[in-house]
This record gives sequence, structure tokens and C-alpha cells, in this order.
Amino acid sequence: MIRKVFAGAAALASTVAFPAAAFAQEAAEAAAAVPNPGNNAWMMTATVLVMLMILPGLALFYGGLTRSKNMLSTMTQVGGAAALAMLVWVMWGYSTAFGPEGNAIFSWGVPFLAGIDASSTAATFTDEVISEYVFISFQMTFAAITAALILGATAERLKFNAVMLFVPIWLTIVYFPIAHMVWAGGGFLFEKGALDFAGGTVVHINAGVSGLVLAFLLGKRRGYPAEPMPPHSMTLTMVGTGLLWVGWFGFNAGSALEADASAGLAMINTFVATAAGALTWMVIERMAGHKGSALGFCSGVIAGLVAVTPAAGNSGPFGAILLGILSSMVCYFAVAKAKAKFGYDDSLDAFGIHGVGGIVGAIGTAVVYQPFLGGPGDGSTALGAQLWIQTEGVLVTIAWAAIGTLVAGFIVKALIGLRVDAEAESDGLDISEHGERAYN
Amino acid sequence: MKFIVAIIKPFKLDEVREALSAIGVAGMTVSEVKGFGRQKGQTEIYRGAEYSTNMLPKVKLEIAAADSLAAQVVETIQQTASTESIGDGKIFVLDLASTTRIRTGETGDAAL
Repeated sequence: MIRKVFAGAAALASTVAFPAAAFAQEAAEAAAAVPNPGNNAWMMTATVLVMLMILPGLALFYGGLTRSKNMLSTMTQVGGAAALAMLVWVMWGYSTAFGPEGNAIFSWGVPFLAGIDASSTAATFTDEVISEYVFISFQMTFAAITAALILGATAERLKFNAVMLFVPIWLTIVYFPIAHMVWAGGGFLFEKGALDFAGGTVVHINAGVSGLVLAFLLGKRRGYPAEPMPPHSMTLTMVGTGLLWVGWFGFNAGSALEADASAGLAMINTFVATAAGALTWMVIERMAGHKGSALGFCSGVIAGLVAVTPAAGNSGPFGAILLGILSSMVCYFAVAKAKAKFGYDDSLDAFGIHGVGGIVGAIGTAVVYQPFLGGPGDGSTALGAQLWIQTEGVLVTIAWAAIGTLVAGFIVKALIGLRVDAEAESDGLDISEHGERAYN
Repeated sequence: MKFIVAIIKPFKLDEVREALSAIGVAGMTVSEVKGFGRQKGQTEIYRGAEYSTNMLPKVKLEIAAADSLAAQVVETIQQTASTESIGDGKIFVLDLASTTRIRTGETGDAAL
């Protein structure tokens, strides 16, 4: 729950999960609130950890899974999308997601960070504040990685300039509104009480569904599925997986916005859910009659991480383990069975793991939040009611992401086209799009 | 002179090399190669997607031997490289027209 609470937001029960509303401006006036250096230091660290997830983490994870002729293209698209997202974020993204004035869908009021300076503060879930620039930077990395995650579904055939046109349009009509709805005071899903600690809906379901829709718009890679397209470097994929896991502590524990008990809870959950997910995937491979594989381990790591994201501060450790196990099972089925059955080409399983694991995590959060499973909830919202709220959040995110991506995708297709031509695709995007080879 | 080309299982290389040295083979060229015979290929699985690779890694030995030694070389390779299971490989024997040692210019058996 990254909840920037606004003046006028309803005061909620004062617990870790439902903090009392803090009014940034009032707090600033009352005590000229100064950020606690410990909290600020942790949030700056967490922000850099999320950066580590993007470059080099996600770039290596995705890059290793592609063929060697598309390695640079995959990594450059991840980096390029993230860099552009950062610039868009400070120009109008922050204002649209977390601006001081807004409605249930989006906000406004601080374009180009108007009026914000180094002494500005942002509210947390307690009376503490953190530097607003740090909060802006932290949220910036979330926008950047979500845009980059989509590109796993479209790898090996999407033009670089199409990426650079798609990203700002998609961020504007899909990401910023969803981030506002889920995380900002006054947001549609926030006000309903949807639990999303670190981005199960905003980041993972959003990126997964958007990736799937864009993959449909693009069409399959040439030769898919008849031609073998094994990953060119499982070694680099494993390196990327490790960097993602390490960075994810910033992602999840940073979402507490302070170096407090909630961050500690998110930390242990980010260890154990992931460990459970990783080993579960390998066990399922054995049960299916195969060898337990390195890619299975890596896939399970991501499935566990994705599922624990919305539950990071909303679950006890053993609830998190359950989520990791369940997510691995469902994601395995999605990528090994469902994908082949439906015949879509989600190149690197952005939907199969991020989208599907995000759905498992977002809905499962309602269950592991309950006190009877060791969750931090106070039981004030019944399990059934919370399940419905979570499901609503998932459905709204899926619909918004799908429709928004269709719009953004069609705009790009009409203006400059999405796909490289057949020859460029066959030669590989490294040489055809960037004039370089990954390996000489 | 005979030119003997043997395709064997990679893990048998050291054993074969030692056995050939013991019968007086003075040199050989070794390459890592891929190919297929009756064994066909093997299956790799990535996230449930199965790829059948129809080329398997093998080791190729190339040995130039005097006529008097050639039969023994073939027999030694056959006996040493055999695991009695599919994929053990093949031995080809070709007539060798000439051999020249570059350093000295020697030709024929003296150059072997």
C-alpha cells in the first residue's frame, strides 16, 4: 500500500495496514515536519534497489531468455522504456497519479513538479514524513519498471521506436490512472479498501495484461511455435533473477514508506514466499516427469515475488509461503499448458507469470490478510467482503489495462507501425535496430 | 597409409586416447562436433516448451596411421569407445595418398 493520503481522506483505523490519515500540509504546518533521516535513508536505498531491478536485473533476465541475435534489443528496450518513463513521470506522471487535486480516476496540480522543492515532504502511514523528492523518485521507479515489464511479451519483434512512442501514451492512459485509483487517497479502488501493498494490480497485473494485449496486436514471432527458440543464456537469466529478487526488497519493503515494522514484515515475506515459489516450480517439473530446471527455479522465484507483492505487508510469513506455492502452481500451468493451448506468443511470459501471478497474489491477499492465518488484519472486514473488494480491483485493472493498451497500441500501429519487417526480424533486432551485435 | 576418422562419445575421449598411445599412435586431431545417427536427438524443455534437438554432441578423432597399424587402431577404438548402447559412434577408414611433415619436409610413413 503506497498511499499518499490527501487532506479530506477518511480517517482509517490506526493499524499498520490502515493508518490514520496524515495530512501532509497540516503536518508540515503543525510541527514543520522534518523527514526522519532513518526513514529517508531507507526510502532512498529502496528506490535505488528498484532501479537495480530494471537495469541490470530485468534487462538480463529478459535478455538471457531471448535468442542471442535479440539480446541487445531486449536490454535496450528495457532501459529505453525505463528512461523515458522517468522523464514522463516528472513532467506529468506524478501530477496525474499523486497530484494534490483529483477525482476517483486521476489527479492534477503539480505538472513539472511545480512548487515542489528539496524541503517538500510527503506523508507516510504515520505522523512521519519523507522528502517528497524521495517519494517521487520511489514512485518513478515503479512506473519505469511496469512499462519495461510489458516488453517481455513483445520481445524479438517490436520496433524500438514503437516502444518509445507506446510507453508515454500507455503510461498516460493506463499506468497513471491505475496507480491513482489504487494508491492515492480519493482513488476509486483505494476508497473501496483494496489492498495492494506494493503493486500486484498496479504493476504486475497491469503489465501482464498489457503485454498480452500488445502481443496479440503484434502477432507471433516468425517461426513460432514450430521453430525452436530456446533461451540463449540461462546464465544471464539466473543473474537477472538474483538481481530482481534483491531489488524486490526495495520494491516491497520500501512500500511501507518508512523503516518500520511493516517494512520488516514485507522483508521476511519477500524472502519466504519467493523461496517457496522457486522450489515449488521445480517440484512440479519433477511431478510432470521432467528434470527440475534452472529456468524452472527462476520462473518460480518470479512467480513467488509477484504473488507476495500485494501481500508483502498484508500477510504473515506462512501466509506468504502459501501464496508463493499457489502462485508457482498456477503460473506453471499458465506458461506450460494454457499458452500452448491458446497459441498466443507471449515471448517471455510477461502475462503468464506477472499477470497470472499478480491475480493469484491480489486475490490471495484477502485471505492471508486475515488474522487467523497470521496476517496483520484486524478482522474488521470479513474475508468474503475483502475477497470481493480484491476481485473488483483485479477486474478493474484487467479491463483498464486491456482497453487502454488496445488504444495505445492502435495509435502506435497507425502512426509508425509496431513490428520490424520480416528480414529485420530474421537477422535479429540487435543488428537491424541498433547496428550492433551482443557477442563478437 | 590410412586416414582413420572416428566419431565417439565425448566422455570416452581420454580412455581412447590412452589406449591409442599404448599401441604406438603418435598423434591425432580431436574436434568437438555435432551430428546424428540412429540415436536421433535429445529433448530440451524450457517452461514446458519442448525442443527436440536432432544433433547430439560427439567427439571426432582424426588419425593418420601406417598400413601396418591401421587395423589395430580401428580395433582399439572400437573396443575402448564401446558402451554397448546406442550412440557409441562410427569409425571410417580412408586411403591416405600422402603425408608431409612441415618442419623437415619428410613424407610417407616417416612423417607420421
